[in-house]
Amino acid sequence: MVHFTAEEKSTILSLWGKVNVEEAGGEALGRLLVVYPWTQRFFDSFGNLSSASAIMGNPKVKAHGKKVLTSFGEAVKNMDNLKPAFAKLSELHCDKLHVDPENFKLLGNVMVIILATHFGKEFTPDVQAAWQKLVSGVATALAHKYH
Amino acid sequence: MALSATDRALVRALWKKLGNNVGVYATEALERTFLAFPSTKTYFPHFDLRPGSAQVKAHGQKVADALTLAVDHLDDLPGALSALSDLHARELRVDPANFQLLGQCLLVTLARHFPGDFSPALHASLDKFLSHAISALASKYR
Repeated sequence: MVHFTAEEKSTILSLWGKVNVEEAGGEALGRLLVVYPWTQRFFDSFGNLSSASAIMGNPKVKAHGKKVLTSFGEAVKNMDNLKPAFAKLSELHCDKLHVDPENFKLLGNVMVIILATHFGKEFTPDVQAAWQKLVSGVATALAHKYH
Repeated sequence: MALSATDRALVRALWKKLGNNVGVYATEALERTFLAFPSTKTYFPHFDLRPGSAQVKAHGQKVADALTLAVDHLDDLPGALSALSDLHARELRVDPANFQLLGQCLLVTLARHFPGDFSPALHASLDKFLSHAISALASKYR
């Protein structure tokens, strides 16, 4: 189980409080689909994904991105219990969605990059380190129930 | 997954913007790598890794020069990075997985300093470029 220091937790919480989940979620998922086009394999029903601007403007991408990032909010509330917190979602991603856990790492890294663009100076190496730890913990937790 | 004309144009344009500061950003990327991915420090037991370290700064400049070399030879990355690949494979023996960790921190550094330029398209092109450079760097390993 990944362990967060008090400082890491407060760093994460303080930044999370300033994140516009709807906007950032859409951006994160959009960028995942643009930068790693093979991830589009999970979204055949989403309509027009033919270009970067089509993807970033796609309403289904935005809506789903919001859903994903809202769920990520659970991670922020349960940093000491990531595996149990994501147990059900892990089963879902394995049994129903059939998502390779490698994708969780890709999305995590994209999220960190978006935070960097939004928070600039505030996104110091320490802050990044705490967030890399969190996205890595979430990726592991989401993969935990795979069989 | 070859670099398209658009990828090359976007990467070159950004590099032009970085000007003489590539070393500054590469150093920041290294610092971020050591903090976010502590296992990478195992390759630098002989370094002072504290923030502001002159050794890290010097190494950042080396990394910057190599990246600039890569950007100047986008048409032949394996050729341009051949000597560096030999070095990393034979002498330094850095596990190639670490190049991706540095790559992530480089993207974060550039995104942080150039948020207005860091469109999804540039993000994609840069990621592709780094991925190719990493492949070239690992090409002589075995």
